[in-house]
Amino acid sequence: MSLFNIFNISGSGMAAQSQRLNTVASNLANADSTTSADGKPYRAKQVVFSAVPMGDGSVQGVKVARVAEDTSPFKMVFDPKHPMADKDGYVSMPNVNVVDEMVNMISASRSYQNNVDVLNTSKTLLLKTLTIGQ
Amino acid sequence: MINRLDEAMRFHQSALSLRSARQELLASNIANADTPNYKARDFDFASALQNSMTGTTEKLPLVQSSQQHLEGNAGGTVMGSQVMYRKPIQPSADGNTVDMDVERAQFADNALRYEASVKFISEKFKAVMAAIQG
Repeated sequence: MSLFNIFNISGSGMAAQSQRLNTVASNLANADSTTSADGKPYRAKQVVFSAVPMGDGSVQGVKVARVAEDTSPFKMVFDPKHPMADKDGYVSMPNVNVVDEMVNMISASRSYQNNVDVLNTSKTLLLKTLTIGQ
Repeated sequence: MINRLDEAMRFHQSALSLRSARQELLASNIANADTPNYKARDFDFASALQNSMTGTTEKLPLVQSSQQHLEGNAGGTVMGSQVMYRKPIQPSADGNTVDMDVERAQFADNALRYEASVKFISEKFKAVMAAIQG
């Protein structure tokens, strides 16, 4: 039954988009974290989506293949009073681009909404199908 | 008698199966709207329905008389008809060809036509019941 498979497809889309939203939240929350678990400044994280075959294989859902770390250099901010400042008075700040993250957030939330809409439409269609012959 | 009933419902039954398969394809396009290198896929409904009614499978490639027509065989078939790649209107930098406007419009259109088929099949049942009960 194809329509039931849409629940899996849209569900996978929603899960992937919410994970993307999660990394955005993590990046934004840590935009000023000068230390992390490894002692270095926080590195921005980005999700990598990949399509996965679902059902009979002719349709594809989506999954988060991996969470990649942004390898761009840290922002150097001159602040000699900062406890993490180096001998020249510069502090390494996380390489989080707040504007990029906001764009990512809006995009993820729109895509999530699209998947919710698709799921609701499929549910309506299934319910309509049950009324055949009544 | 059962034969004739089957004959009466066959067209709408095929149409419903194809509509739900197409709905599934469109849902998978929408779920993969942000997946790099994902190519949007669809099939030609009219020829697919014709194929399923006559019981033939496609042997000749579709004629492309417009820029909007589907191109290339995407592998995989839906009830004997080939699934094709959609021609991108605005290709994106990450190689993804899902155009959300097109997909959402097609999804809504397909959902409406699915409901129409459900309605038709229901009315057919009602007509048969009326004939039986007098």
